[in-house]
Amino acid sequence: MLAAIIALAALAAVFGLGLGFAAVRFKVEGDPLVEKIDKILPQTQCGQCGFPGCRPYAAAIAEGRAEINQCPPGGEEGILKLAELLGREPMPLNPENGVAKTVPTVAVIDENACIGCTKCIQACPVDAILGAAQQMHTVIASECTGCELCLPPCPVDCIQMVPIADTPRTWRWPLPDAVGKAT
Amino acid sequence: MSWMERLFDFRGGLHLDERKAMSTRHPIRVAPVPPQLVLPLSQHAGSPAKPMVRIGERVRRGQTIAEPDGFVSVPIHASSSGTVVAIEARPIPHVSGLPAPCIVIDTDGLDEPLPTPEWTPVEDFHALDAKTLREIVRRAGIAGLGGAGFPSFIKLSPGRAVETLIINGAECEPYISCDQQLMAERADEIIGGVQVILHAIGAPHCLIGVEDNKPDAIAALRAAAAHDARIQVRVVPTRYPQGGEKQLIQTLTGREVPSEGLPLDIGLVVHNPGTARAVFRAVRYAEPLTSRIVTVTGGAVAQPQNFEARLGTPMRFLIEQAGGYVQAPGRLLMGGPMMGFALPSDELPVIKATNCILAAAPGELRPDETAMPCIRCGACQEACPINLLPQQLYWHARGGEYDKARALNLFDCIECGCCAQVCPSHIPLVQYYRHAKTEIWAEERERRKADAARERHEARQARLEREARERQQARARKKAQLAAHKATADPSEAPLTASVAPAVNTDDPVAAAIAAAKAKKAAKASVAEGDDPVARAIAAAKAKKAASAASADGAPADDPVAAAIAAAKARKAAKAAGSEAASAAGAEDDPVARAIAAAKAKKAARETAEPDGEP
Repeated sequence: MLAAIIALAALAAVFGLGLGFAAVRFKVEGDPLVEKIDKILPQTQCGQCGFPGCRPYAAAIAEGRAEINQCPPGGEEGILKLAELLGREPMPLNPENGVAKTVPTVAVIDENACIGCTKCIQACPVDAILGAAQQMHTVIASECTGCELCLPPCPVDCIQMVPIADTPRTWRWPLPDAVGKAT
Repeated sequence: MSWMERLFDFRGGLHLDERKAMSTRHPIRVAPVPPQLVLPLSQHAGSPAKPMVRIGERVRRGQTIAEPDGFVSVPIHASSSGTVVAIEARPIPHVSGLPAPCIVIDTDGLDEPLPTPEWTPVEDFHALDAKTLREIVRRAGIAGLGGAGFPSFIKLSPGRAVETLIINGAECEPYISCDQQLMAERADEIIGGVQVILHAIGAPHCLIGVEDNKPDAIAALRAAAAHDARIQVRVVPTRYPQGGEKQLIQTLTGREVPSEGLPLDIGLVVHNPGTARAVFRAVRYAEPLTSRIVTVTGGAVAQPQNFEARLGTPMRFLIEQAGGYVQAPGRLLMGGPMMGFALPSDELPVIKATNCILAAAPGELRPDETAMPCIRCGACQEACPINLLPQQLYWHARGGEYDKARALNLFDCIECGCCAQVCPSHIPLVQYYRHAKTEIWAEERERRKADAARERHEARQARLEREARERQQARARKKAQLAAHKATADPSEAPLTASVAPAVNTDDPVAAAIAAAKAKKAAKASVAEGDDPVARAIAAAKAKKAASAASADGAPADDPVAAAIAAAKARKAAKAAGSEAASAAGAEDDPVARAIAAAKAKKAARETAEPDGEP
């Protein structure tokens, strides 16, 4: 009897220590689900979903405050990935937020028309616009996410979205014509 | 020495009709200087070079006209003398058929070299250390001449002990004979290059693998290497794709390059004979890479032969030198029939990777037949020299399941085309794999870009927060300072001012001014804190959208009443959007954002109302 109690107590102590150690050692920082959702989102930070950036939207999805179909830049592909991750039913993109872009675009400032008001710089969510007050501004094309947030604040409408052209380096092999058709 | 003398084998592969004899009847001919040279800035793997000449500038042969940009990059040199007439995007020989930046030189026919070379020619390379040799190879712009165009100097800085240098003289693809003729005619220069490379990488010996269908090349190389016991010429069986780097390594050493790895991972470095020769000439004569051997062949060409062509020479010019076309080519390829790619025209320049221009007569090559459904016969699997599962890769690539294709070692595929060649259903298998590979690369590029955007966005948020905090602190400090100042200046009046100041003492103009300034600053600060420009921009964008929607479903745009209604509607929408965005951003109520959004909406509505306004 005593032996059994001691044995059980010892086991309980050992497992308790083990679990306690594991809880400290393998502690998960933050909400991993939000991270995972955020990884899927395209990071355009465009706010078309109604949230100020991709991470707040990811948090809203994780908390059930938002549906998974609010992100136009992510498109159908993004919705499918989110549906798979969260085990939800895929749904069509919410048309109220805009339509998915077919070609990636980049903002280009007409540097002759720019008056140097810095309004676009303040609007850019990824600091991809370079310039200072009364100085010409320009977009760092490689950092631009194509979110279009710089368009409305511009008082002279000198910013345009231009499709990103394919180069030999970014060109992708097309899929051969489907089986049954001539190749 | 036991494994050194034995030959091994690789699995799969095919015996193909060689058709090399047609281009080896004449010795290599030096092609004349064409009237115009087009030199793409990206002739190698890695970053394109940066131009360092201006339009109108006169250049001479061997002059550096573009410098490397980044580590994996090499310079470009003028391959003859003349004037730079353009630096612009021109079509280049690439599968995509897309144009890329090129330097265009109108030659003057003098072919004048630089008066003094850009580095010193060295008679005895043993006097130079490995670092100097690498630098010479880099400055000479040498990129692998086998076809992939990887900058050669990187392979000369292995960063670990190299057991064996392998020279890939197998040249297994049908029609191509540029390496074969180079080995037969310039064996001494190739051996000279091998010695330089051995010295630079500190390898104890070199194996030169040559297929047994090139007896001239084998004899010439053996004669040239007779004095150097470190260099052995090995005759390997003729079987496609013997010239694949991984296959040749397997045949010569019996070892396999690890999956997604490099030969260097097993202590080997592989170079092409043409590259070895270019290294020799760069060190011995201080000659940059301005020409290469190109096979011009195929049933549509009058006199198929090998040329030593200047880089940038238009392909049409070379074909004319080979007697022109005897008939319109059925297919025009760069490279061989197995791994080459179709060219849209012959108006493209020869680049460092151009080993062969194949103008095949109609019906000469296997025609593109109608693809039939896969019957799962497994012939592709038997032919695969890498031991992959071509059929599984095909299904996954076709279904867009690129992760699964990758898990089945898609990236070990050398795209040799054996599987497609044997496929009884004529499925263009390699194109599926190339499609999958480029899709995966594109996905990776996108992911990297998204990660960068996330990082930048987070950095920006942190900056905005920090700035807001700093402003608040500054305000608090100022306040404290002011209070302290007041307390010391007039201790008797202190309680009075403290109670009166917020209510604005009209009797004391100084106190009033201070209070007003304080109020202004506080208002500004609270605006700056609560006002997120991104939220503002979102609100504005929403308002614009709402405005355009309102005008679209309303009466004609030139009706002022309709316009006013639309404006009102937009304003209401903007107000809603503004508060929504503001609350999402964490600010309870943001009058500034709302006001701006409303103003924007008004402007948008006005624009849509104007008949000639922008839509």
